[in-house]
Amino acid sequence: MTTNAQVESPGRPRPTEDRLATTGSRCTRVLGVVVLLMLAMHLALALVISPPEVIQGEAVRLFYLHVPLAVAGGYLGVGLLAVGSIGYLWKRTIFWDLLAASAGELALVFTALTLLTGSLWGRPVWGTYWEWDPRLTLTALLFVLLIGYRAMRTASTDPHLRARRSAVIGLLAAADVPLIRMSVDWWRGLHQTATLNPLNPSLDGMMLFTFFFSMVTFAVLFVWLLVHRFRVAWLEEQVADRALDEAIAQRRAEGQETQ
Amino acid sequence: MWRDAMLVAGKDLRIEARSKIALNQIAPFALVVLLLFAFALDPDRGFLQEATPGLFWIAVLLSTLLVVQRSYAVESADGGRDALRMTGLDPAGVFLGKSAAVFVVLAMLEVGLGVGVRLMYDTSLRGWPVLVVATVAATTGLVAAGTVYGALAAGLRVRETLLPLLFLPVVAPVMIGGTRAFAAALDGSSGEAWRWCGLLITFAVAYVALGMLLFEPLLEDS
Repeated sequence: MTTNAQVESPGRPRPTEDRLATTGSRCTRVLGVVVLLMLAMHLALALVISPPEVIQGEAVRLFYLHVPLAVAGGYLGVGLLAVGSIGYLWKRTIFWDLLAASAGELALVFTALTLLTGSLWGRPVWGTYWEWDPRLTLTALLFVLLIGYRAMRTASTDPHLRARRSAVIGLLAAADVPLIRMSVDWWRGLHQTATLNPLNPSLDGMMLFTFFFSMVTFAVLFVWLLVHRFRVAWLEEQVADRALDEAIAQRRAEGQETQ
Repeated sequence: MWRDAMLVAGKDLRIEARSKIALNQIAPFALVVLLLFAFALDPDRGFLQEATPGLFWIAVLLSTLLVVQRSYAVESADGGRDALRMTGLDPAGVFLGKSAAVFVVLAMLEVGLGVGVRLMYDTSLRGWPVLVVATVAATTGLVAAGTVYGALAAGLRVRETLLPLLFLPVVAPVMIGGTRAFAAALDGSSGEAWRWCGLLITFAVAYVALGMLLFEPLLEDS
């Protein structure tokens, strides 16, 4: 937070302004290029180079999109949401709050895409868009939990109240996932449908490579998006702080004029 | 902490005993829900008996929302929340006390609902011990989660709409566990019902522990 607004002349840029006015840096630009190259390679591997699967046929290619989205959103996203939430409750700094917020929002997007690609895959392979499979049910509930987290973030304009309550919700949502997992596993335990097992040794070598390459690609993509989302949130905080500082400085100036 | 919990629970139950909101408004609401289920499912074909476990727990879940909202509404007027915070009571004690008061109200509602499904849906209630254990475990989980989420939504402009969105997905394990335990018990296979009780107890223990830990930051603000 900047508190010296009234002693600075308005025309002089602050030392940190140039660094904070953009969400990119040399490092993120390099990372961005790497992500784009990896995505291009991922597309080539998933759509052209890897062979169709014996049972699923061409539909297996959706898996190279669906599974990495689920892993990046479900594990990385929710994991970082929990880390940010715990960090905030412990340290009480805006950094952890914004980390949790950014991770939660990206996890929501990735989970929505996971559900969408899963449905598209289910139609040709299972013959239905939706199946009450434990994993699907878990993902659907996770999606709603993340919507709830997002709703909390827009429910209050008081930054401290919002950060505190969001952190509790983020932590509870992450803690709830294993419980939901256990319950839906038992609930649908008898109907468990076979899914692709990446460690299955009979899997074609090229398919296995594509599978793991897609995981790495989407993890890097997630990190890249996270850095930018975090910086946008950070800049928003700065703008809000500065607007408040300027408003206070103006009121003070008015007070001096009338004296 | 236990003394604080008793104080808070006593306060909430005294308010309830005097205002009788749960008796005069929430219990009739639960009855209406039972009637609506009968309209939705043909009462002549045995659907109601088959679906009793699920219908019972949905009615409980909807009633829980109202009881929890009521539990925080009594504090929203006249700065009651600030007053509670300034009493210096242990946050874990406040959490346990509010949960205990909600538990008592909800347990009474559940007895009423149990009588309701027995009489109106003609469901024969078998396997008493496991039914009681499942109900106690599930109710403990529901009120612990409800009290935490009630505190999260309390004081916000959007509290009425935010609470169901936050609370309902989180208690999915209770809904699944409670329904399955009841279905198994009513079918006469109590072995499977006990297994579901294990899940319900796990959920209850987890949420009571989380609530005691996390209530402090929630009591800090408005």
